[in-house]
Order: sequence, then structure tokens, then C-alpha cells
Amino acid sequence: MNEPGSIQLPQTILPERSEATGPVVEVIKPPSIIRSFLQSKSSGKFADGAFQGMMVVCAMSIFFIVLLILSVLVLNSKLSMHTFGWKFFTSSAWDPNVGDFGALPFIWGTVVSSLLAVCLAVPLALCVSIFLLEICPQWLRGPIAFLTEMLAAIPSVIYGLWAIFVLVPIMRDNVGPLLQKYLGWTGFFGGPNFGVGMLTAAVILAIMIFPVISSISRDVMKAVPIHQREAALALGATRWEMIRMSVLRNARIGIVGSVILGLGRALGETMAVTMVIGNHPDISKSLFAPATTLASVIANEFSEATGDLYVSALIEIGLALFIVTIVVNAIARLLVWAVTRGNSARAV
Amino acid sequence: MGSLPIRSANFERLNKARRTVTDHFVTGLAILSTIVVLVPLVAILGYLIYKGASSLNFAFFTHIPAPVGEQGGGMSNAIVGSGVVLGLASLLGIPVGIGAGVYLAEYGQGRLLGNIIRFTADVLNGVPSIVMGMAAFALIVAKQQHYSAFAGGVALAIMMVPTITRTTEEMLATVPHAIREAALGLGIPKWRTVLSVSLRTASPGIITGCMLAFARVAGETAPLIFTAFGNEFWSFSLKEPIAALPLEIYKYAISPYDEWHRLAWGGALVLIAMIMVSVTLVRIFANRGVLKGGH
Amino acid sequence: MGADIRVENLNAWYGQTHTLKDINLHIPANHATALIGPSGCGKSTFVRCLNRMHETNPIARAEGTVRIGDIDIYKDAAPVEIRRRIGMVFQRPNPFPTMSIYDNVASGLKLNGFRNKRVLDEVVERSLKSAALWDEVKDDLKKKSGASISGGQQQRLCIARALAVDPEVLLMDEPASALDPVSTAKIEDLIFQLKSQYTIVIVTHNMQQAARVAEHTGFFLTGTLVEFDKTHKIFTNPSDKRTEDYITGRFG
Repeated sequence: MNEPGSIQLPQTILPERSEATGPVVEVIKPPSIIRSFLQSKSSGKFADGAFQGMMVVCAMSIFFIVLLILSVLVLNSKLSMHTFGWKFFTSSAWDPNVGDFGALPFIWGTVVSSLLAVCLAVPLALCVSIFLLEICPQWLRGPIAFLTEMLAAIPSVIYGLWAIFVLVPIMRDNVGPLLQKYLGWTGFFGGPNFGVGMLTAAVILAIMIFPVISSISRDVMKAVPIHQREAALALGATRWEMIRMSVLRNARIGIVGSVILGLGRALGETMAVTMVIGNHPDISKSLFAPATTLASVIANEFSEATGDLYVSALIEIGLALFIVTIVVNAIARLLVWAVTRGNSARAV
Repeated sequence: MGSLPIRSANFERLNKARRTVTDHFVTGLAILSTIVVLVPLVAILGYLIYKGASSLNFAFFTHIPAPVGEQGGGMSNAIVGSGVVLGLASLLGIPVGIGAGVYLAEYGQGRLLGNIIRFTADVLNGVPSIVMGMAAFALIVAKQQHYSAFAGGVALAIMMVPTITRTTEEMLATVPHAIREAALGLGIPKWRTVLSVSLRTASPGIITGCMLAFARVAGETAPLIFTAFGNEFWSFSLKEPIAALPLEIYKYAISPYDEWHRLAWGGALVLIAMIMVSVTLVRIFANRGVLKGGH
Repeated sequence: MGADIRVENLNAWYGQTHTLKDINLHIPANHATALIGPSGCGKSTFVRCLNRMHETNPIARAEGTVRIGDIDIYKDAAPVEIRRRIGMVFQRPNPFPTMSIYDNVASGLKLNGFRNKRVLDEVVERSLKSAALWDEVKDDLKKKSGASISGGQQQRLCIARALAVDPEVLLMDEPASALDPVSTAKIEDLIFQLKSQYTIVIVTHNMQQAARVAEHTGFFLTGTLVEFDKTHKIFTNPSDKRTEDYITGRFG
């Protein structure tokens, strides 16, 4: 016979009837109006459908906005595209009186100022990230991270204001002469130095994109697993060797991503640059010379542009800026995503 | 022990010294660059407070700008104008942004449409603000034949949407699945679950996201140049050009007049203060208003 | 009062996996019924099919007939309507963290549009009393968040929340598995008192618990219902060899 005796069952807890045992607590049956109320409610299918529909409309609107922006830019720049073709991007003519337009000086200004800004900002941003993650004492980490994030919250126009009244005089009276004296032979620092020009624009851009690069490269470095660091330390590496061997090597793709994201920000930056770059469509070897960028020529001339061709040429510049920033941002996001795998690495 | 050649031991010692020196050098470099970065930050904020505070007076908040050459005047119309444009932008941008975020988190997971929307939101986030202004000009101003506060509000609203969408999605993703199940198990319809359970649980994060988006567009100048355009006088109409703080700061900063420079610094301080105060206020409010859940 | 449950030819899939195979079962009204079996045997899937929670996962699917009272839940009504008739208590306590204790209990009614405040007050008090939680929380009903009380209290809060909608059936998916022994004892006492009012189906991996609270017990193994009988019979004289192996611990 079966004698499954592994479970000892005291008779009292084998209830055959529901009211067998247990402390008696008065269980009051809830009023049945509740049951009838709930059963009278509809399944809410209509409300559910309507709600989901609204959410879909919101989501789709993002898609249509982007489409709308793209199409309005393409439509309105058609005239310029037809008139100048690809030559638009290689010609350096910019003469509204004659109606001859070419974007090369603006492309030059944008590319040079952005690359210069990235060169200035990246080493500093990486050093600060390493400092905050690996060296900084705990109590100081929060305040410094907060301060660098404050840099990101300052509006562009205020950077420009500060640059006009503080940075420009410094560049004119202090930094400029020094560069001219020691690096004048390279030819990059020749000509008159008004303080307003390519170099000043690059410096202010560097300050502005620093928080982006710093905060995202910090996210990426943080994503390097601790055991990677410990492995290096266990081999007897010094702190720097550990950072170089495990942190930087593992995070390098994401760091490149953060740099490109900073570049994307620099390419489209308008106000601060417009206020200090001098706005002169010239291609000059000297970094002291005034220049102009794609964004600043729009800011300066769009509201005063007369004539369809002029407006159309400016809109084509906007379209070019739009497409370039999309491409740059897409590359950057892919790289950052490849490292953090969805761990939040939002752009600031 | 002891059997190691002297030379090797020396070499070891030298190598170790070199490595230690490198380590100290890099540490020093990192500390130095942190200081180098903090200098402009402190310089900007310090100078802004110093110049701004000395330019502010009562008239700044109650008067409209004085004509060129006259002393005094204020930016009351620009402060109010910023309020109008930002209010309109929030009214349009926040619901759409949250709605799209809800779609991504609650309905669009793993669907093609969801991925497309996510990608376009990132694209929209990267559009330079000057291009946004240009698009708003071509879409609204050119059609209506006049600059308007409405066009400025729309341009800023579009800039708010992607940030809010992505934060909303991220915050909803942190709401535990078990809580949604609890609501479903009670027979609560999905729309109600999303509104009263998911969104409510995620609300502190979503509110913070909205504030970040707000703070970001509050200082935007470029999208307003060809839309809101600016105005020397009082205007409350959405159909008229309207003054906005960043626009006036820009105009005054590049002007040659000292009196206008004074106004620019004052405006900059007020703008920063507005951004900081609104962010802080809503954070405090969000922390207080919602019962804190212990996990 | 509770309703009985009749299950006929119930099959369920999770992606490609056939997790429930041809289940036929009659669960009597106003009694407690325990479902036991090793983990992964399909007992949780089974209770989730009883209120159509199983299908909330996009890759999950169920077929067959389930009658609760006189309603065929897969034919006659929308999932939302079914779930209003059936309370569910989950493995881990899951109170709404942003709601007060009061709002947690009232949520099933409030979020379905019930507005009568006087009735709500009454229901909240009765439900919390039924869940043996009233005395512990009555002073800060609206002050404390549902997530700020202890784990055992949270689970009783979830039971109160399920009771507040006056369900016909109460499903409990391993309700005590995340709790300490003292809280577990309280939950078992509760089930004991509630089963005269509601039809209770409780999934458990703990055989003593099944023996203590349930009149009927079903044994699941790899997606099939091996045996369903009076609890006493299952634990003293099971008719299937596999059941005997499982409860004597020779297996699983």
C-alpha cells in the first residue's frame, strides 16, 4: 500500500468543511452594488482605441514634422539648386547684388571652427572625465559634475555676450600677441588681430561643447565593467596604466561617439559663433581673420534677404546644414549605443 | 631571493620609478585640466552675476526699452514676451512629447513604427536650432506674410518634443512590470492603467524631462530671429511680432551703445535666473507632490 | 458569493512552447483549491488563463473553454470585464507605489470610474478588515504610500485591493513565496477565513501550505494535470504514481 508519510498532517488542518477552524473574524460581505456597478461598466474598448489612436497621432507627428522640415527646405531651395548645381558648394562667390552665390567660405568657416573646437575640447573633456571617475574624491565629484552640467544649461546667446565683452579683449590683448610671437612662423597667426575671428569662435565653441563630450564620455567609461579594471590592477598596473589598458581601450568606440556628438553640436551652433566670428565670407589661412559659418550667415542675412535666388541660396545652406548634422548625429549615436547598449546615454 | 643579478634589480627599480612618475604626471594633468575647465565656468557665472546685478533695477522689470540715446528703460515687454512664447511652446510641445513617449513605451515596443519614431525623434533632436527657425519661417511666417509670436512658439515647441519623448519613454520603462500587471488584474482598462498607474509612477522623471526641455528652449535665440522677430513695445497678441529675452540680449549685445549693453547683461541674468528657478521649483514640487515609493 | 470554475480542453502556448496540455477541471465554488507541482509545470500559466492575464504577453496564446459561473470567459466577454470579476494576488507584493494605502485598496473601483465616496470609505475599511490589515494601518490610510509598509503588509494590502472589487473568484499565484514565515502564517489564516466567501485558487510550491488551506488539490506536471482530488486523498492516498513520488519527495 501507498504510505506517503513524508508529510505529517495534523487532522485539524485538513478541513473538510470551510468553517472548520481558525480564529473567527467577522467577514462582512462587501455591498453588492459594487459588483453590479463593475459589471455594468463597458469593456472600455472604445476609450482604449481612442487613447491609443491619440498616442499614435502624437508619435506620428514627430515623423511628419521631420518630413515637413525636410520637404520645405528642399522645395524652397530648388531655385538655387537649379541655378548653381553642385558648384554651389565649391564656389566662393557670395554677391547678393549680382546674384552669384557659393557656399564654400561658409563650409570652410564651419568645418575649421568646429574641428578646432573639438581639438581644444576633447583632451580637456577626457582628462576631466578621467579625473571625475577615477581620481576625484567622492565628496568633490557631485559638485564638479554639477558645475560642468551647468555649462550645458547656459544659453548660447549668453556665451556670446560673455565672449564679446570678456573673451574677445583677452584674445586681442593677451592670447593673440603670445601666439603671434611664438607660433607666428606657422602662418596661422598672421595678419591683424581684432580679437574677433575664427580662433575666438573656436574657443567659445570648445567651451560650449565641452559638457556634451565630457558627460557622454563619462557615461561610456562608467560602462566599462569593474572586473576589467580589477584585472589590470591585479596585474600590478598603476592607476594610469589601468585607465589606459582597461578603461580607455574598452570605451574607445564610445569616446569617439561622444566626440562626434560634440562635433555635431559645434557644426550647428549659431548665436555665440555669430557674435564673435566677424561674419566675413573669406577663406583665410590666419586664424585671427574674421570668417563666417553656415549657421551664422543664415542668422545674419536671412531676415534681410531680398530676391528669390538669395533666399533660396540661404535655404539651401540650411538644408546642407540639416543633412550634415543628421549624418554626424546618426554616426555618433550608433557608436555610443554600441558601447552603452541602451544604458541611458542621452545627449544633453 | 638574492640570486637575482644586481643590474636587473636596478632596472626593476628604475622602471618602477618611471611608471610611478607617469602615474603622478597623468594625475596632475587630469587635475589641472579640471581646473582649466572650471575657470571659464566660474568666470562666466561670476561675471554674469556681477554685471547683471549692477544693471538691474526696478525700472528694468516695469519699463519697456528706452529709445537710443536715452538712459533708463527696461525689458518688461521681453520678459512677458518670453513667457508668452514659452507658454505656447509648452502647451503644444509637452502633450505631444509625452504622448509620443507613451506610444514608444506602452504600444510601440519592438514594432517597426516604434523604431522609426525613435530614430526620427533623435534626428529632430539634432536639427540645428537655426534650421528649425528657417523651417518655421517657411512654413508659417511666409504663408501668413508676417512675423508672429505663434510662429516662434511653434518652432520652440518642435524643439521640445524629442527631448520630452525620449525621457518619457525612458522613465516609463523603469516602471516595474508587476505594477502594470496589478492594474490589469483589477480589470482596469489599458488607457486608464497608462494614465493613472504608469504615467503617475513615472511622473517625477517625466516632469524633470519636461523642465530640461523647457530650460533648453528658454534660452534659444536662433529659432526666434525669423519667427517671433522681436518688438520694442508691448504685445500680447500671438499674431504680432513679440519681444523675447534671448532676442533682445542678442540685439543689445551686438549694438554699439553702453546703455544697451547694460540691458543685455541684466537680461542675461534674468534669463539664467528664470531657467534655474523654474527648474528648481518644479523639482521641489515634483518631489513633494508625489508620495515617495520605497523600493 | 463565489462562482465555480469549469475548464474544458484548455491549451496554452508561450511562443513555441506548449505549456498547458488539455486541462479539464472543475473547481467548486466557495472553497479553496490548491495547485501544486514542480516549477515550470504550468500551474502559474493555468491560473493566468483563468482571468486572461496569460494573453497580455504578446507571444502567449490560449485555447479552450473556461466557464466562471455561467460565463464562458473566452467567448462571452472582453478580458477587462473578466478581470473585474476575478481578483488576483501575485507572487511578489505589487502595491501601486505612488498611491496611498487608501487609494491602493480603492484603485480597482476608482480607476474604473466609481465615485461614491461614502461607499468607497466603507469598502476600503471592510476590505482591509477582511485582509486583517485594518488595525495596523487605520491611522495613516491616506498618509502612507502603499510601498512604505513591510513586505507582509504589502501582500495583505494587495489581497485587500483584490477583495475591494467584490470578486467571485480570488486567484493567488504563490502569494507567500516572497514572505517570511510569520507573514506566511497570516496569509494562510486569511485564506482560511476568506474561502467561505470566495472561490479561491492558490498556486503553491509548498505542499504543507496546500494541505493546510485547501479542500481540493490539483497536481501539475510538465503542462498536464496529473491528478485532481480532495486534498486529504492527494496527500494520503494518491491514485497516480507520479503524484505519490512528488509528495513523498522522491522526485523534482
